[in-house]
Amino acid sequence: MSSLDRSDVARLAALARIDMSDADLDRLSGQLAVIVDAVAKVAEVAGEDVPATSHPIPMANIHREDVVRPSLAQDDALAAAPDAEEGRFRVPQILGEEA
Amino acid sequence: MTTMTYEQAMEEFDPVFGIEVHVELNTATKMFCGCANEFGAEPNTQVCPVCLGLPGAMPVTNEKAVESAIRLGLALGCSIRESSRFARKNYFYPDLSKDYQISQYDEPTCYEGSLDVVLDDGTVVTVEIERAHMEEDAGKNTHVGGSGGIQGADYSLVDYNRGGVPLVEIVTKPITGMGARTAEVARAYVATIRDIVRALGISDGRMEQGSVRADVNLSLRPKAVAGESQDAVPFGKRSETKNVNSLRAIERAVHFEAARQASLLLAGQPVVQETRHWHEDTSSTTPGRSKEEAEDYRYFPEPDLLPVQPSREWVEELRGTIPEHPAKMRARLREAWGFSDLEMRDVVAADALVLIESTVAAGASAQAARKWWMGELSRVANDREVSLPELPVTPAAIAELQGLVDDGKINDKLARQALEGVLAGEGSPSEVVASRGLAVVSDDSALEKAVDEALAAQPDVLAKIQDGKVQAAGAIVGAVMKATRGQADAGRVREIILQRAGVEG
Repeated sequence: MSSLDRSDVARLAALARIDMSDADLDRLSGQLAVIVDAVAKVAEVAGEDVPATSHPIPMANIHREDVVRPSLAQDDALAAAPDAEEGRFRVPQILGEEA
Repeated sequence: MTTMTYEQAMEEFDPVFGIEVHVELNTATKMFCGCANEFGAEPNTQVCPVCLGLPGAMPVTNEKAVESAIRLGLALGCSIRESSRFARKNYFYPDLSKDYQISQYDEPTCYEGSLDVVLDDGTVVTVEIERAHMEEDAGKNTHVGGSGGIQGADYSLVDYNRGGVPLVEIVTKPITGMGARTAEVARAYVATIRDIVRALGISDGRMEQGSVRADVNLSLRPKAVAGESQDAVPFGKRSETKNVNSLRAIERAVHFEAARQASLLLAGQPVVQETRHWHEDTSSTTPGRSKEEAEDYRYFPEPDLLPVQPSREWVEELRGTIPEHPAKMRARLREAWGFSDLEMRDVVAADALVLIESTVAAGASAQAARKWWMGELSRVANDREVSLPELPVTPAAIAELQGLVDDGKINDKLARQALEGVLAGEGSPSEVVASRGLAVVSDDSALEKAVDEALAAQPDVLAKIQDGKVQAAGAIVGAVMKATRGQADAGRVREIILQRAGVEG
């Protein structure tokens, strides 16, 4: 049985700032439910002795020495910015939602 | 609605609070890339594909940052998890380049510690620490248009130099039972954290520059009725006041929030669980996001980074580097140095404790070290508008300078001139004394000549001294010091004058 319904998808879409039509929600909630259920089968197979795995490759402690490496030049950093001003990324007004 | 004072609020209600402190680490590079971690550079010049969140860029953990986080955890009495991992905290904000922050969620590196906090009157309060976890800082927004604040701005400009700078966030468990001392405890707790990160040398601990920032959570609950345990009374709804960035502001934020919430509750209105913004200019808070709506960060394990599994040997090695608790160190040094409480408080407030300790370690007496750092050097620092540790002079140089005075090579006045040279970058005290020719004139014949000339200019002085008015010699000492441009040993000059008068000193 599906653990994901239409309202879950609508909420996730809102959190991810994805604008979805009713038709999108109908279609995707069906598709996503199939995926979630398929993944959930793994939990049925794994016994109590198998811990939850976030990193399948048994490696740890891959660290970097604290040594400065060259950064990008400001122009390069801003090259892909839709808009820039005074060496900074220019972004639209932030808060309607937070005010 | 009646407006309550903090004191009235504390009479009526039982406060519960918790504090989140963000400590910016002073590593050379950022948390997950090799860009420089330095304050004040031109915007977007310390950025790279990793900290700009460009597609395909892969983060790699800074080992020094992990070390600093573990040391901080140990200093806070935390356990160090054998395997911890990073997590993505997902939210949208322009200062967050990737649309997620790399943080730690269910497996923080440091957990369950406790910290003794010493209040001004010596009372010790133990604060339980829930966790201390690693994460990265966000960039800096500048709001353009409107009043310059976030509300009403036309657009914003973003500088990502700070994005990716390593942070440790320390979270307390709820602190209860402090009553009217809540504000004081909150302040003392953050001050203690600041002192510890400085003593560890992992952060410059400057609240005014944002390298230590605090969020203050506060709620009020009814006082227990007779026969009921206060612990049995459920917590009230809390507010979280963000970015309270000075010790004084912490106290004030607690005062304001307690009074605000008490006023609401007494009027029968609910306290809303929400984030609030702190306003330094008015010492007040205003609502930000409402927590229940906004806070769904969909944490999940960061797939681009591998777990952190510090060996037990490394953790024990780091445990050996943890300095004494700052309050205990202060008490020990105050005793050893024989300073009064007031003197010690001034020394701590002036950021001179470590400097004086190092000066004493380099051979000066505590009183002499205090005299230099709290006197002449404080005056210079004040003139230059810098803190004492920023002055271009080392404790070893101050000890050397005092050594020259103690050996009689220079007097206090010459020592101040020598110090001026040291601060001007002319070399060590000995070098400045040599190059500026500052040595005390100890050649008796030169001093006798100068004394005789001064006596000739003020012929009545000898008679006065012979009459028993020995203090009259002061005028001649002054004249000789002037004639030798301060380079005479005043004690020796006085002896010569008394000899001339036929009086033994």
